[in-house]
Amino acid sequence: MGPVTAGVLQALALIGALAIVHVPLGNHMARVYSSSRHLRVEKWLYKGIGVDPDAEMLWTAYLRGVLAFSFAGVLFLYLLQRVQGILPGALGFDPVEPAQAFNTAASFVANTNWQSYHGEQTMGHVVQTAGLAVQNFVSAAVGMAVAVALVRGFARARTGELGNFWSDLVRGVTRVLVPLAVVGALVLVACGVIQNFSGIHEVGQFTGGSQQWNGGAVASQEVIKELGTNGGGYFNANSAHPFENPTPFTNLLEIFLILMIPVSLTRTFGLMVGSVRQGYAILATMATIWVGFVALMMWTEFAHHEGALRIAGGAMEGKELRFGIGGSSIFAVTTTLTSTGAVDSSHSSYTGFGGGIAMLGMMLGEIAPGGVGSGLYGMLIMAIVAVFIAGLMVGRTPEYLGKKIGPREIKLAAVYILITPTLVLVFTSLALALPTPPDSMLNPGAHGFSEVLYAFTSAANNNGSAFAGLNADTGWFNTATGLVMLLGRFLPMVLVLALAGSLAAQQPVPATAGTLRTETPVFTGLLVGAIAIIVGLTYFPALALGPLAEGLA
Amino acid sequence: MATRIRKPRTQQPRTQRPRIQKHEDSMSAATSTPPESRAPHSDLPAGRPSTEGRGGAGLFSPAQLIASLPEAFRKLDPRVMAKSPVMFVVWIGSVLTTVFSVTDPGDRFGWTISVWLWLTVLFANLAEAVAEGRGKAQADTLRKAKTDTVARRADGTTVPGTELGVGDLVVCEAGDVIPGDGDVVEGVASVDESAITGESAPVIRESGGDRSAVTGGTKVLSDRIVVRITTKPGETFIDRMINLVEGAARQKTPNEVALNVLLASLTVVFLLACATLPPFADYAGTRLTLVVLVALLVCLIPTTIGALLSAIGIAGMDRLVQRNVLAMSGRAVEAAGDVSTLLLDKTGTITLGNRQAAAFVPVRGATEAEVADAAQLSSLADETPEGRSVVVLAKEKYGLRERHQGELVAAEWISFTAQTRMSGVDVDGRSIRKGAAGSVTAWVRERGGEVAEDTERLADGISEAGGTPLLVAVEDGDGARVLGVIHLKDVVKHGMRERFEELRRMGIKTVMITGDNPLTAEAIADEAGVDDFLAEATPEDKMALITREQAGGKLVAMTGDGTNDAPALAQADVGVAMNTGTSAAKEAGNMVDLDSDPTKLIEIVEIGKQLLITRGALTTFSIANDVAKYFAIIPALFAAVYPGLDKLNVMRLSSPDSAILSAVIFNALIIVVLVPLALRGVRYRPMSADRMLRRNLAVYGLGGLVAPFIGIKIIDMLLSFIPGIG
Repeated sequence: MGPVTAGVLQALALIGALAIVHVPLGNHMARVYSSSRHLRVEKWLYKGIGVDPDAEMLWTAYLRGVLAFSFAGVLFLYLLQRVQGILPGALGFDPVEPAQAFNTAASFVANTNWQSYHGEQTMGHVVQTAGLAVQNFVSAAVGMAVAVALVRGFARARTGELGNFWSDLVRGVTRVLVPLAVVGALVLVACGVIQNFSGIHEVGQFTGGSQQWNGGAVASQEVIKELGTNGGGYFNANSAHPFENPTPFTNLLEIFLILMIPVSLTRTFGLMVGSVRQGYAILATMATIWVGFVALMMWTEFAHHEGALRIAGGAMEGKELRFGIGGSSIFAVTTTLTSTGAVDSSHSSYTGFGGGIAMLGMMLGEIAPGGVGSGLYGMLIMAIVAVFIAGLMVGRTPEYLGKKIGPREIKLAAVYILITPTLVLVFTSLALALPTPPDSMLNPGAHGFSEVLYAFTSAANNNGSAFAGLNADTGWFNTATGLVMLLGRFLPMVLVLALAGSLAAQQPVPATAGTLRTETPVFTGLLVGAIAIIVGLTYFPALALGPLAEGLA
Repeated sequence: MATRIRKPRTQQPRTQRPRIQKHEDSMSAATSTPPESRAPHSDLPAGRPSTEGRGGAGLFSPAQLIASLPEAFRKLDPRVMAKSPVMFVVWIGSVLTTVFSVTDPGDRFGWTISVWLWLTVLFANLAEAVAEGRGKAQADTLRKAKTDTVARRADGTTVPGTELGVGDLVVCEAGDVIPGDGDVVEGVASVDESAITGESAPVIRESGGDRSAVTGGTKVLSDRIVVRITTKPGETFIDRMINLVEGAARQKTPNEVALNVLLASLTVVFLLACATLPPFADYAGTRLTLVVLVALLVCLIPTTIGALLSAIGIAGMDRLVQRNVLAMSGRAVEAAGDVSTLLLDKTGTITLGNRQAAAFVPVRGATEAEVADAAQLSSLADETPEGRSVVVLAKEKYGLRERHQGELVAAEWISFTAQTRMSGVDVDGRSIRKGAAGSVTAWVRERGGEVAEDTERLADGISEAGGTPLLVAVEDGDGARVLGVIHLKDVVKHGMRERFEELRRMGIKTVMITGDNPLTAEAIADEAGVDDFLAEATPEDKMALITREQAGGKLVAMTGDGTNDAPALAQADVGVAMNTGTSAAKEAGNMVDLDSDPTKLIEIVEIGKQLLITRGALTTFSIANDVAKYFAIIPALFAAVYPGLDKLNVMRLSSPDSAILSAVIFNALIIVVLVPLALRGVRYRPMSADRMLRRNLAVYGLGGLVAPFIGIKIIDMLLSFIPGIG
């Protein structure tokens, strides 16, 4: 079996597995977010936080919950890193520097997991397990809660109430993420991922000399890193490290874990709005983009025609031999099209176009299928914009799922799609215009530009993967990316919840033959086109000066 | 309430219908039509716009462009420009490049770009000015009607019309111009309303009832009426009309606001993409001039739709005005596009309004031909529409030539009277009578004749089917006897069935409102093919139906003219008041149909949809255009530093300057090219949303992608002949 065939078969296996699993998982999540029962452990948690899980919230109250909880998370994580020196299991590491501690706290709370540190040289067991891993769970649950609130906005009529944030948050953790993570971690351990609290080992190398390895609760963090589309690796090499991702099978399993919840949420959405087909239309849009990107990525990486690469069978630089071009390409596309940011290869070493595809994936706004929760609400926002333009073309005030898209709705959606491009472009141009940030670039020319563009694209879209090359551990980059991650995460959430509130208050319009149907292939095609054109037009000049200039050279 | 929903039944085609109807129409003008229901449009029974949904087509000529030029220049005032965010950005860009060119006067490229940017702004203003210009002509005509009048109060004092107050009683006699809007409280008069409606036939206005409203500026032709003024001077119907057609009262509609928000946000996106470009370019090793950046920005922001947006709105209102419909707000026009339930009055909208003979049914022992012959003879003296229709049916269906009263010598004609309820003729020793069942039966019995035993069954059958039975009887040598029954029925206007079919495809439900009993109503509803009906409808029932539909999230449109329609008109999302109606009705509705043609509701819906479609289509086109512009400009800017980017120059444009200039010129010219489309509206044909989306996506989406590649290439080829640029 040639490497191309192997790559294609891996992609097909993934699609098959997702097709099977998204039905029960989607159904399960719909039940979780619609149920009126509380588990005992949940009741303890509500008592601990001091909230009434049955109180319905208006969008403002829901938002207050999201922001308060997340702010507390940033503060806690920051302090935990700053006092690392006195914590048990610190492995002798010093407290983390303020700028880096802020960056890391912002990064994990914003579900970005951008890492300007080397995990195995900076964070001890307590920070990794009680700080970072916990945020991996709860930041994912916050994303899912906001998405569910938006779905309720579509599903409910003539009420401003969006459910209860605390109950959505807690259930997301206890009934979805934890059970899946336990099963996933056991499978990973069975496949060779490590799980221990050992200290630092001195290991001899084949070539002489020695190397320091440390163990850790890797499998438990690895599984939620993928499942919650977080992406922050225990080790600096992330999923390229054999302790995190030892075999081609674990590689495929990790990709599967990344896609599982975002894909299944489309079904949850369909069930909650009362039309599974609407969920399929959204899923079809995501799948079309994902398959297209995988195909493009494989094509550009396999068909590289420079001498040395041809001998290697494609662009193998920066890729693990055990994953090959196929497995690495699928991983790279998946991690950038979701807000994961875990990597099993160096994106900087991809071909010019390949790096561009990874970047474009993030620029789409992490919606195919996107981060847990954030992918669904991001896609629904794009659907609203597409419906608005297309809806006019059928001669009606545009409506989506029976809710009219009026001035208020389009205002919120329009500002939403403005946020990440603003953050990416403004901060990239600042980085280039200021005197010191360019010193962080490793490469000159178009590739150096791509390093900076990639960094801010990754931060603003809460991806967290890095292009490598760029030294992001400077005061400026730590502060700038930290801010960008927080703004890129929480400003959109404000708009999504405001939108949910305004949709929930509406009286639905019954569908007639004159209504634009949004569960058809035509609509899926339109949505793909709208996403491609709006994103493409926004970033075309920047992409032209980075990956395109490199790829066409 | 007797409303129910069911699937429309298929009906046998009725081939004789159209011809009968044509006949009826030509006769009705002479015989039965009351003077106030003038019929410039009702002679188009299907209500189909003669221009196939492209109303106002052909109203655009190059001469209008030139005439609107001064106005277009006046609109360059930044305070006016600021109303459209997209075009204001172009305006600022033009100022910037002009200033830049002044500081570097030798830069021919800079000057050329500046000129074309100013032209872009000017073309946008021109589009709006042309759209407004069409309304202005109409407003001028209206102003002529609004001459200063002197009002004679009922108490004998005279005041200028402008000083009348609400509640004043004024006297108007033949030759007087009515000084203000009001209701007739005393007397009857014929009034010339041509100043407003453009229709020269006078109408009757009388106190009480539903024809009491008079409009200021119209002229009393005969008799004397006393009018109670109901509107303050300056707020009269004619004043509002002038404001409306001039666009002075124009406010942005919700959908227009929403679209403006989207366009503004796209403008910000492109502003960002352009503003962040200089540091990127510096890093890449090239310097971008201000002129080039502004040119890129103007090409990318959605100028096409930004330039045409207000023209589309004005033209949409104008299309209604062309059809003699006044919308009191743009919001109402938009709502018309969203309507999902149409309430249509049966009489005058769905049916012709008069019962017509549909069949001759013989009783046992008689033949159909006998009945037809007798029916025809007995109806010759009957000048009612029903009577005429019997003659017509006999001719059309039984080939009986119409005999004239003079042909039959020594015939004694008995005309129809309300007392006898019969008409007939005594000729050649035969007496023939036709009329209401009771009267004819009595006439036969009086003469010792017999009434066939199946007569009653036949008559009841017709009643049950929603028709009216008329008996035909004869007395001759064989004695007096009933020959048969004439089946009179409400005749559905030609083409209504197809119309309702179209509406159904558009997702609009039709509900027929009638005062008839449920049986009759159902028969007519079936024949017309409406989705639902409301029988024995009272104004309260109507109101209840509207609120029920609205509670389900539906938008409801209706027509009405009476005072008791006013609450329902106000409640409906689109309430079209007939101009012949009362002032209460006209106040309550959000549109007034000057022709008082209820069928027009269907056209109003189509115009509402067309307005939205035009906006959506041009927005899609405008955004899709950007792809080609990037392929023209990006290689032009950066191919010098990254030669690989020249591969993006898929159009093979001759030089960087020419590429940028071609994109800017295309961007400006496409506005002018699309002005006629914006004014006329995108062609609208009733079809399902899915088909319409596919069609418009193909035309305006794909078309918008491809067209600029071709256009820019052509402009570049032309430019390359000009030395110094190519």
